[in-house]
Amino acid sequence: MDKPVFVYVTYIASTPEKVWRALVEPEVTVEYWRLVNVSDWKPGSRWEHREGGPQGALRLVGKVVESAPPRRLVITWAFPADEERETKQTRVTFEIEPLGEVVRLTVTHDRLEAGSKMLEGITNGWPKVLSSLKSYLEVGRALPPLW
Amino acid sequence: MDLVFKALADPTRRRLLDALRVESGQTLGELCGGLDMTRQAVTQHLGRLEEANLVATLRRGREKLHYLNPVPIHEIYVRWIAGYERGALEALADLKRRAEGGEHG
Repeated sequence: MDKPVFVYVTYIASTPEKVWRALVEPEVTVEYWRLVNVSDWKPGSRWEHREGGPQGALRLVGKVVESAPPRRLVITWAFPADEERETKQTRVTFEIEPLGEVVRLTVTHDRLEAGSKMLEGITNGWPKVLSSLKSYLEVGRALPPLW
Repeated sequence: MDLVFKALADPTRRRLLDALRVESGQTLGELCGGLDMTRQAVTQHLGRLEEANLVATLRRGREKLHYLNPVPIHEIYVRWIAGYERGALEALADLKRRAEGGEHG
């Protein structure tokens, strides 16, 4: 059987540029995710996922694979302890498509290991993060912390 | 949100979501295998689920793979369930599941 793949879609009344900023700018990500994404977002660069701010505890790391603002971002995604382990690199693809008044944000998470701690974490996490992002961009208010 | 409730109001569509919960990324053919229905009827049900954003699809060559997308259900959850109720509700749901032997509604 293929490795599990998860696809999450949310429609947000916003613009591709705002959704892109919400994914890559620490001062925006902290508002709805509590964690921040830090990188220069150039292909090949490292990115970090840190608790609370750019100096916070390191939770996840990866490399920027593709970066085409404001439409497509592909990154690898792993626990810091697994950074050098090729087989532990999962992959996340963000696709941002404008559809009239709304934007469709699709997050595809693949290269996951069945039964892994990462799989459990992301299936629990993505619906919360994406609902909170939608609320933050549409209403100007993130959802209360659920994780 | 109307689309989500309408999509969930049908037992066949809930069974399709159950099937995707067990194994995400199924083709139409695979999903038909578990149901005593025509392909056309299953296609229509999947269309309703896709409209409601409960199912997301990816193309792989000529095939269309279907994935359960729980984001709209999570939005319903946060709209009506306040933080402090969550623990008690999960305990109740767990009790119900055990008492009823894991049957789906």
